Amino acid sequence: MRRRRISAGRIALDLFVGLVFFFLVLPLLIVFPISFSSAPYLQFPPPGFSWQWYERYFGDPVWIDATILSLEVAAATTVLSLAVGVPLAFALTRVRFPGREAIEKLSATPIIVPTIIYSIAVYGLFAKLRLIGEWYGIAIAHTLHALPFVVIVVTAGLRRFDINQELAACGLGASRLQAVRRVTLPQIKPSLVTAAFLAFITSFDELVIAMFLAGSNMTLPKKMFDNIRMEIDPTIAAISALQIVFVSVLLVLAGRFGEDQRGIANAR
Amino acid sequence: MSRGRSAGTDLALRNVTKRYGAVSALTDVSLAVEAGELLTILGPSGSGKTTLLKVVAGFELPEAGIVMLGGSDVTERPPAARNIGMVFQNYALFPHMTVRENVAFPLEMRRVPRRLIEEKVARALALVELTGYEARLPTQLSGGQQQRVALARAIVFDPILLLLDEPFGALDRKLREQMQLEVRRLQRQLGLTTLFITHDQEEALVLSDRIAVMSHGRIEQIGAPDEIYERPANGFVADFVGESNVIAGRAAARKDGLVEIELEDGARICVAGDRIPDAGAEVRVLVRPERLELASDGAAINRVAGTVVETVYLGTSYKYRLRVPGGREWLVRRPVRAGEAPLAPGDSVAVGFAPGDAHLIAG
Repeated sequence: MRRRRISAGRIALDLFVGLVFFFLVLPLLIVFPISFSSAPYLQFPPPGFSWQWYERYFGDPVWIDATILSLEVAAATTVLSLAVGVPLAFALTRVRFPGREAIEKLSATPIIVPTIIYSIAVYGLFAKLRLIGEWYGIAIAHTLHALPFVVIVVTAGLRRFDINQELAACGLGASRLQAVRRVTLPQIKPSLVTAAFLAFITSFDELVIAMFLAGSNMTLPKKMFDNIRMEIDPTIAAISALQIVFVSVLLVLAGRFGEDQRGIANAR
Repeated sequence: MSRGRSAGTDLALRNVTKRYGAVSALTDVSLAVEAGELLTILGPSGSGKTTLLKVVAGFELPEAGIVMLGGSDVTERPPAARNIGMVFQNYALFPHMTVRENVAFPLEMRRVPRRLIEEKVARALALVELTGYEARLPTQLSGGQQQRVALARAIVFDPILLLLDEPFGALDRKLREQMQLEVRRLQRQLGLTTLFITHDQEEALVLSDRIAVMSHGRIEQIGAPDEIYERPANGFVADFVGESNVIAGRAAARKDGLVEIELEDGARICVAGDRIPDAGAEVRVLVRPERLELASDGAAINRVAGTVVETVYLGTSYKYRLRVPGGREWLVRRPVRAGEAPLAPGDSVAVGFAPGDAHLIAG
């Protein structure tokens, strides 16, 4: 009797997991076939096979320039947000100073404030500073946008980290900086890799801020948006497919390099 | 690895005081550890022993007093510049480094040439009998092996002082005893001046050349293990180190080098004492449970009638809780002997002790 009930529950669970998986994968099942469509407009199922939309993407300098710009901006955002976020996370977890709580809360505001409000504010400021249309202007704005993810993830990593490890390193002759570099950072590497990945994706996929700040320049999301408004052809499906593959590869790499060193959890 | 140091004081604290806000963690603490000596700081949690360790290691700055290491004042020197080998409570091995990298770490920080590093690491690992484990990660080792790595890492750079912070707490009893002997062997063999921090009095008695008993940020007594156990300076030490029966009374008279003490209920006992209290002074007498004799054991001078309340079998001995006149309870410990039936609760017995088996402690 009991055994039966367990297996019934098991079947229900499998069914549920299967449904969720199907729901998540469904868009891919539409996007990938359409990207190989021979029809000149979005049609499902596609009437035939062709590479033409991939050819159009790789052959069109406007698409490629937009892609390169987005990669540049995302890379700069990743570097900048880590450069600001990691020291900030150290300060928030290690140092007691007046207003620490307030700063920790404040560092999450870019998530809380609606992106459109933030974009308008940054637009007003950057217009005065003549940063509109500059790629690094977008990178700076994206850095602020990505910072909360970096701070939250790295702060959590540092809170889990055993401070005695760093003291031990100092006791064994390491300077504070050496201790952080040789002992602390390698042990919170999973957090750092996750933070970098989140910062990169936050920027690479971002549309609203880019719309305000890019001026005549096109980032990839902005160009995709324009494409959908203007012409709607399966090029967008081809790009989506490429983007999905690219981000999946990043995710796998992040998983590989951010792998918890065997036993960090056990060692405590 | 042995430094062949001449005799002298390797670590000295002079009048060290450390406060956390209004709480005084260390009050006017002075002590000296001689070269090659193993001195244990023994105290319950909250006694200030961890603060003492932090001040010695350089993780805390004392408000007053100085810390001398190897003849120089290191009070304000950062931990990295103190040349102290430390074994942490949970070993603090670096989980992302192999055994070899862990042990090499302090040498790399000191910019020791690579070839010399290999040599020293190999020698240190040989000392702790871990040759062949170089490529393992800490999590691939047992608790005892992890401890050995921590020990190798702490001694590989020939530190002036070895600092052990409750290093045996995480090990099971058998392994703990084995590691204690091993640490003792290494410490003697290499002549390592060692400061050992523990709350475990048994461990302290086994390992130490001398023990400093701490309570409430003060050192209550410093002495050899037998001195601490046999002649505790005060009630705290008597109570904290080993089991004890403490009898309160009033010094009544002296005769034949003995002090006669009158108990609250009027009974009189005789105690040998090198310090002779004034007549009428309040005194306390310490008798260890294993020094109490049951009447059948022979002539006991200070004899009291008691009733067994509880019998505990401990393998090598029986522990009896006796109710004696005056509403007090005494602990008696007797070795287990073949053919000797243990006492049962409710049995009436006479217990006593020879004057030399008791110790007078200061009021």
